[in-house]
Amino acid sequence: MTTMTIAKAINEGLRATLGGNPRSLLMGEDIGALGGVYRVSDGLLAEFGADRVVDTPLAESGIIGTAIGLSLRGYLPVCEIQFDGFVFPGFNQITTQLAKMHSRSNGNLTVPVVIRIPYGGGIGSIEHHSESPEALFAHTAGLRIITPSNPHDAYWMIQQAVDCQDPVIVFEPKRRYWLKGEVDMESPGASADPFKAHVLREGTDATVVVYGPLVPVALAAANAAAEDGHSVEVIDLRSISPIDFDTVTASVQKTGRLIVAHEAPTFGGIGGEIAARISERAFHSLEAPVIRVGGFHMPYPVAKVEEDYLPDIDRILEALERALSY
Amino acid sequence: MGATHLPATEFDGTGVDDQREAEAEALLGGPAEPMVQLLAPDGTLGTDPVFSEYAQRLDAEKLRGFYADMAKIRRFDVEATALQRQGQLALWVPLTGQEAAQIGSGRASQPQDYIFPTYREHGVALTRNVDLAELLRQFRGVSNGGWNPKDTNFHLYTLVLAAQTPHAVGYAMGIQRDQKLAARAAEADGAAGVPAEPKAAVVVYFGDGASSEGDVHESMVFASSYNAPVVFFCQNNHWAISVPSSVQTRIPLSNRAKGYGFPGIRVDGNDVIAVHAVTEWALERAREGKGPVLIEAFTYRVGAHTTADDPTKYRESAEEGLWRAKDPLERLEKYLRTEGLADDAFFDRVRADGDELAAYVRKTTHDLETPDIRTAFANTYVEAHPLVAEELAWFEEYSAGFAEEAGPADAETGDAR
Repeated sequence: MTTMTIAKAINEGLRATLGGNPRSLLMGEDIGALGGVYRVSDGLLAEFGADRVVDTPLAESGIIGTAIGLSLRGYLPVCEIQFDGFVFPGFNQITTQLAKMHSRSNGNLTVPVVIRIPYGGGIGSIEHHSESPEALFAHTAGLRIITPSNPHDAYWMIQQAVDCQDPVIVFEPKRRYWLKGEVDMESPGASADPFKAHVLREGTDATVVVYGPLVPVALAAANAAAEDGHSVEVIDLRSISPIDFDTVTASVQKTGRLIVAHEAPTFGGIGGEIAARISERAFHSLEAPVIRVGGFHMPYPVAKVEEDYLPDIDRILEALERALSY
Repeated sequence: MGATHLPATEFDGTGVDDQREAEAEALLGGPAEPMVQLLAPDGTLGTDPVFSEYAQRLDAEKLRGFYADMAKIRRFDVEATALQRQGQLALWVPLTGQEAAQIGSGRASQPQDYIFPTYREHGVALTRNVDLAELLRQFRGVSNGGWNPKDTNFHLYTLVLAAQTPHAVGYAMGIQRDQKLAARAAEADGAAGVPAEPKAAVVVYFGDGASSEGDVHESMVFASSYNAPVVFFCQNNHWAISVPSSVQTRIPLSNRAKGYGFPGIRVDGNDVIAVHAVTEWALERAREGKGPVLIEAFTYRVGAHTTADDPTKYRESAEEGLWRAKDPLERLEKYLRTEGLADDAFFDRVRADGDELAAYVRKTTHDLETPDIRTAFANTYVEAHPLVAEELAWFEEYSAGFAEEAGPADAETGDAR
C-alpha cells in the first residue's frame, strides 16, 4: 500500500498504461511539458517521449476525432479534455462518431478511446470550469462512463478504461484531485470491476447513492446522521454507464429509503434514472419516495455563490429527514 | 438569381463571373493558382510541367479501365436512383458528373492506403472493390454501414459532415507510429533483411459544403502539426444542397492549404487523367513522409443532392448545361477514339457490363434481408453490458408473448412478431 493523492494515482495509472502497452498514448492540450493544468500527466513526456504524450493543438473535436482515427489503426488513445465545460466542441465526435462506430460497422470496428474529463465544482473557478455534464453522455448508448472517488480507484480505473474495448469517459472529480488515500498498486482487489458500485458504509434506515466528488460529503452526512441515531448506508456508484442497479436495489430492499445525490442539475439527471429504476424494481420495499439532491436548473453559478448550489452535508441530511418522515 | 451571377464557372477563366474572380484575386494578392488540366473537354491531351510525367505512366489499358469504371458507376447511379423511385431505397445520393474525380483519385490509391469517404463516393468504392450492392444496405435501411472496412481499406460512409476528416488524420498519425514501431522492432531483431510493409497513406473525401465545418479546419491543423500522411480530397461540386460554393468561400478552396502550411492544388475534377496524376503525386509524397496535400477537384453535381432534393428551386438549367459540356466520360471517349485506343466493340462491351451490374444490384437489393434487431443489441457495445442484457431479456419475453398468442402454427415458423 502506498499513500498518494487522486491526481498522483491517475498519473501512476497512466504511467503503468504507457509502460505496459507500446500502442497506448496520451493526447491533450498542455499535457506534455506542463504536465496538464492539474499536473495529472506530470513527468510522462520526459519518460515516454512526444509520440506517446502528445501535446495537441487547441481543438477538442480534433483531439477526439484524431483519437478515433488512431484507434481504428489499432492504437489506444487516452484524451484529456482540460475542463468539463470545454468538452462540447468535441461532443459531436463523442456522441455521433465514437459512441456509434462499433454499432454502425455491424461489430466489425472497435474504437477503444478513453476520454478523461475533470468535472464538478467547488474549486472557486470561473465560467465553464465547474460543470457536471455526465448525464448528457450517459444518455448516449455506446459509451461507458466511470468516475473514481478515491486514489485506489483512480489508479485502477484509468487502466481498466484503457483495457476496455468500448469507449470510456472517465470523469475525474477535480476538487478531490488532492484527496489522499491508500493505493494497492499490486492488486485492484474489490475494484477489479470498474462498473460495480461499492457499499462504503452499511446502514439500515436509508440508502444514499453518490459518486465522484460527493462521496466524502455523503459519508460525512451519514456520520452526522448516526449521531442522531439514524443508520445510513452509503453507496459509491463508481460507474454512471452502466449503473449497477443490483447493488442499489439490494440496499433499498434492506433500508426502504433512497436518496440520490449529485452535483449535476437534478432535472434530467442520473438521479432521476436511478429513482425511476428503483421505483420499478423495489416499489414494495420503498417506505418513502426516492428523493433527489442535486444542482439547480441554472447554468453553473458564479464561484462566490457555488456553496449555495452544491449539495452539501446539510442538503443530504434534509433529504434524509424528509425520507424518514414518511 | 440571374444566370450571369451563377457560380458555375467561377475562377475558371471563362469570364462568366468576372466580378468574383477579380474579388478573389484581390483577396489573394494575385491570381489564384491555375487549375491543373490535362484532358480538355474536346478530348485533346495537354501538358503540365509537373503532372504530365504522371499521365505518361498510364497505358491504353489503364485509360480504358478508367472509362469502364466511370461508365459502370454512372450506370449504377442510374439504377440506384430508379430503385429509390420504386420505393426500394429510402434515399439515394447521386454522383453523376463526379465520376472522373472519384475514379481518378480512387485508382491512384494503393491497397495499403486507407480511404475515408463521405456519403457520395460510390465511384471510389468501386475502385476499392467494395461490392456495390453492399453500398446500398445503408440506403435500403438494413444497416448503418454495410461492408467491413477492413476488407478493402474503404471506411464506412459518414453522414455527419466532415466528421470523418479528423478520423483520417488520426489514422494517418497511426501509420506514422506503425512505421516507427516497425523500425524499432526490426532494429531490435536485427532483421534488416525482412522486407518492410509497403508505406501507406490516407485519403479523406469531403465536399465544398463540408469545407465550412470546423472539423475540416481542425483536421488540417492536426495534419500540418504532425506532418501526417493524409491527402484531403475536396470534391467541389458547387452546391451544398441549395447553397452555392460562393457562400462557403471567397477564394478557391485549394488556396486554403497555404494557410495550414501544405500544398493545395486545384484540378479539373472532370478530367480523370489530371485527377489521377495529381492524386498519385500527393499520395507518393505523403507516403514518403512529406506531409499532407489538399486537392480541390473542381467538378459539378449534375443531378440533385439526393433524391429528396429539387435543384430547379435554386439553380438554372443553363448552369447544368454548361457543365454537361464538360462531361468526364465524353471527353475521355473522344480521346480514346481519336487516339485509336478503343473502338465500338469496347464501348458496347462497357455498356453491356454496366447493364449486367445494374441487374445484379437490382436483384441483390430486392433480396437484402431485414436484420434482426437482436444484432443491434449485440453490437451496441463490444463487452457485455447489463442494461443491454436486461432490455434484450425483456424484448425476448415480450416477443415470446406474441408467439404464444399467435398459436402453435405461427410459433413453429419462428415468426415471433
